[in-house]
Amino acid sequence: MPLIEFHNVNKWFGDFHVLKNINESVNKGEVLVICGPSGSGKSTLVRCINRLEDIQQGEIIINGQVVTHKNQDLNALRSEIGIVFQQFNLYPHLTVLKNITLAPIKVKKITKEEAEQTALRLLDRVGIGNQAHKYPIELSGGQQQRVAIARALAMKPQIMLFDEPTSALDPEMINEVLNVMKNLAREGMTMLCVTHEMGFAREVADRVIFMDHGEILERGTPGHFFTSPEHERTKAFLREIL
Amino acid sequence: MHYTFNWSLIFSGNYGQWFLDGLVITLQLSGLSIFFALLLGTLLTIMRLSDFKPLVWFSVGYIEFFRNTPLVVQIFFWYFGSDPILPDFFKQWLYQQNIEFATGVIALSTYTAAFIAEELRSGILSIPKTQLEASRATGLTFLQAMSYVILPQAFRIVIPPLISQFLNLIKNSSLAMTIGVMELTYMARQVEAHTFHGFEAFTVATLMYLSLSLLVSLGITQYNKKCLRVGYQ
Repeated sequence: MPLIEFHNVNKWFGDFHVLKNINESVNKGEVLVICGPSGSGKSTLVRCINRLEDIQQGEIIINGQVVTHKNQDLNALRSEIGIVFQQFNLYPHLTVLKNITLAPIKVKKITKEEAEQTALRLLDRVGIGNQAHKYPIELSGGQQQRVAIARALAMKPQIMLFDEPTSALDPEMINEVLNVMKNLAREGMTMLCVTHEMGFAREVADRVIFMDHGEILERGTPGHFFTSPEHERTKAFLREIL
Repeated sequence: MHYTFNWSLIFSGNYGQWFLDGLVITLQLSGLSIFFALLLGTLLTIMRLSDFKPLVWFSVGYIEFFRNTPLVVQIFFWYFGSDPILPDFFKQWLYQQNIEFATGVIALSTYTAAFIAEELRSGILSIPKTQLEASRATGLTFLQAMSYVILPQAFRIVIPPLISQFLNLIKNSSLAMTIGVMELTYMARQVEAHTFHGFEAFTVATLMYLSLSLLVSLGITQYNKKCLRVGYQ
């Protein structure tokens, strides 16, 4: 049984049909890379999974349960799904450590000591164990994004969503974030990554999908996707980006 | 002009003590009112920004009503006019208190809360929406996200206008003399009535208000600089 399923998902922003009849599924432990031009709906697709956006038609099913109906407990759903944003969105008034421990303490109700231990371990894992007591502004962009990843992982999510996690970074900082993501993928995390990093897609994606104008035009393994795309639009996109 | 200044007179006898007694009441009145105004103002802001329409309407109605009527009228309303609409248990509790003082606190805090709510709302609106999004995405409820992420940031931003509101409240507390609260202005008036030296009496009161306001302003500004702005450029 797939971990995440999209069934005939449609979404509109006003008159703008942003997701058109999306059918897709992601298995546990799978890494799915979503690419496409800006405005193609790829970020929206990912943000529907933790209900940062609501869909108007169809269903999204996680672990066999429909999560897009009205009575879904949003906070319970979201505590199972980590998300990393393009702009990091760390809390500027809190130290790195407190950024990470806030949700585990308030949502999962674990003790401060336990949350801090987990946070320090996660910071070590993303390579910035010595920055725990600094404020976000004192860190580089790449370090901030790694804190954001640690913050999401602190909730012990089943699924990690990445919404263009390296697009706001200086080129020399992109790799430090991608390396963390690669490690995460190797450890078996289920990941959906909206990204333009085709090297990353080649190396760690199990599957790649290409979206344009709210539709999934192309899907396949990285090998298939990069060497023999079927759709003209995909070919054009790849020519641009590679 | 045959006015002879007599500064020693107004500090003679019990007059000096009167000023101090008045100052203490002003401090208590202002301190309590600031506390309740902040509490109520924050609550009004959260209601205003919630998704639940009746709360939004209540908050908007409250703010417009209290901002747009004179404070003295509100004080008189609470003191002379509110009797028929207050619940019995509250009235009984109120009559056991110093009723003038309690009325002063109610009037000043309900009035100032409306202004604080508006300042705070503009502070919250200046926080990027992505902060709320990021905190909600980790499973925090709306109220938790407000309490731990949004409001702490908003308060840091609105501290300068909040100081003005606090200073206004301290100065407005002098209006409580109209219902007989024996605060600083009331006591200055007493001294004047006994000594016929109004210039000296109100000069002393003026200087006391001035130093109090400057102290509050300086204290909060320093606290903000030293403790709250860490992590900001």
